[in-house]
Amino acid sequence: MADDFTAVLPANAWNWAAVWRRNYLAWRKVALASILGSLADPIISLFALGTGLGLMVGRVEGTSYIAFLAAGMVATSAMVASTFETIYAAFSRMHDRRIWEAILYTQLTLGDIVLGELAWAATKAFLAGTAIAAVAAALGYAAWPSVLYVLPVIGLTGFAFASLAMIVTSLSPSYDYFVFYQTLVITPMMFLSGAVFPLTQLPGGLQRVARFLPLAHSIDLIRPAMLDRPAAGIGLHIGALCIYAVLPFFLSMALFRRRLMR
Amino acid sequence: MSKVAIEFAGVKKSFGNKLVVNGVSFTVASGECFGLLGPNGAGKSTLARMVLGMTRPDAGKVTVLGVPMPARGRLARKGIGVVPQFDNLDLEFTVRENLLVFGRYFGMSTRAIEAIIPSLLEFARLESKAHARVADLSGGMKRRLTLARALINDPQLLVMDEPTTGLDPHARHLIWERLRFLLARGKTIILTTHFMEEAERLCDRLCVLDHGCNIAEGSPHALIEEHIGCPVIEIFGGNPQELSSLIRPYVQRVEVSGETVFCYAPDPEQVRAQLRGRSGLRFLQRPPNLEDVFLRLTGLELEK
Repeated sequence: MADDFTAVLPANAWNWAAVWRRNYLAWRKVALASILGSLADPIISLFALGTGLGLMVGRVEGTSYIAFLAAGMVATSAMVASTFETIYAAFSRMHDRRIWEAILYTQLTLGDIVLGELAWAATKAFLAGTAIAAVAAALGYAAWPSVLYVLPVIGLTGFAFASLAMIVTSLSPSYDYFVFYQTLVITPMMFLSGAVFPLTQLPGGLQRVARFLPLAHSIDLIRPAMLDRPAAGIGLHIGALCIYAVLPFFLSMALFRRRLMR
Repeated sequence: MSKVAIEFAGVKKSFGNKLVVNGVSFTVASGECFGLLGPNGAGKSTLARMVLGMTRPDAGKVTVLGVPMPARGRLARKGIGVVPQFDNLDLEFTVRENLLVFGRYFGMSTRAIEAIIPSLLEFARLESKAHARVADLSGGMKRRLTLARALINDPQLLVMDEPTTGLDPHARHLIWERLRFLLARGKTIILTTHFMEEAERLCDRLCVLDHGCNIAEGSPHALIEEHIGCPVIEIFGGNPQELSSLIRPYVQRVEVSGETVFCYAPDPEQVRAQLRGRSGLRFLQRPPNLEDVFLRLTGLELEK
């Protein structure tokens, strides 16, 4: 049995790139629509909430509300982009279109496929998050050049959320179950991680919960970089995101093996 | 190079409490076309997946291209091409892009893939369709593209799960012709089918499967000789039960399937003599085929 699990692990350090390139080629055909679609929502939220609510709340943690919110929106859009890519698009490739099955006929392993899908979802998260950060920087809501530090964090955030969503994809019998993950995990996480208001506004119990949420770790890295402030606990936050990226990856491989290679 | 391409030894597999493969053993030699023949649900596709290392047997041993499956599946799959039962081409891509993307899964460079795409398209008779979207191809063209895709890594062994199911006769004959071309070039083919004609035309040897068991094995000709060995008369248009009791004394064996009476008659003239003068009957006298073997062995008629 242990032998068999080794057989589904990524075969080497580069096989996954073939899967990434397949998704990139498909995306390139619809790139413009995809970019506009994934940017419109967070940018509208940023300006609507930032200016509208900003008028009422004034300054938050020593900065304008829209600058405070911009960091939250960068992390949230990375979370949403990689989650949706994994639960809808990767599920469709795995389940409806049997594209994974075709790949399993080749010398790629299940682990190579999952890793390629994660890398692709992280790439889309990187594009989405980076675009918001660029808009924020252009409008003076993010400090230059310290905003550059957020780029690797956006990628890591995308990887962690893709990895978590991969578990949901591996377990779900159909698309109908994804809405539970969205409404019970992803949306609450946005409100519990300090994306739209400071964590100090939460009751003590929820603040302790927030310490374990991947989005909170991501925001704790992104916000100081965008506001050019010293960040605390960088190692801890990066470590937590890495754990969220790696452990679900292995778990989802085991679950996919049970699902696809009975 | 090893003379044995595939070896199954005492392989068993259940899903839940349903036994789908029950102690199957067979050997496929290099360069041979081997058929797994049986009705839907006989376990053919499960055996095909085991050849690819995508399903692990509960008991028994599977060896493909000299390595144990599924443990060394990745190594074996480098030398295998697959034509699955259901097309899983990438509908978002053109014909050419499908081949390009698939070649990369084998670690081939873009340049190496582009160098062989023209010959693959020529083989699949899709030269004029290189830039067509897969979604716009006919069923027969999709099958041929799947076959071309299976050849991209220049495999020694082709695994085909019902390669012509769902195709019209013309498309089917074209696939058969292409497969014979591959066999002539020394490829090994294992195919599952429930078309007796397909098995008879293509396979050097085959095993007949029923309920997960290998119930007969041999060349199509030898199986027909062994189990039937005489001409067959099909009679339609009368009361099958009445007809069969009337002619039973004059034939080796008689079977009724649906509204057809199958007479296995070493002396067909005697049967005709018995039924002379009866109106409304139609006769078809023909050499025996695999369908008769299957009917004989299982008491079932395969769907055509």
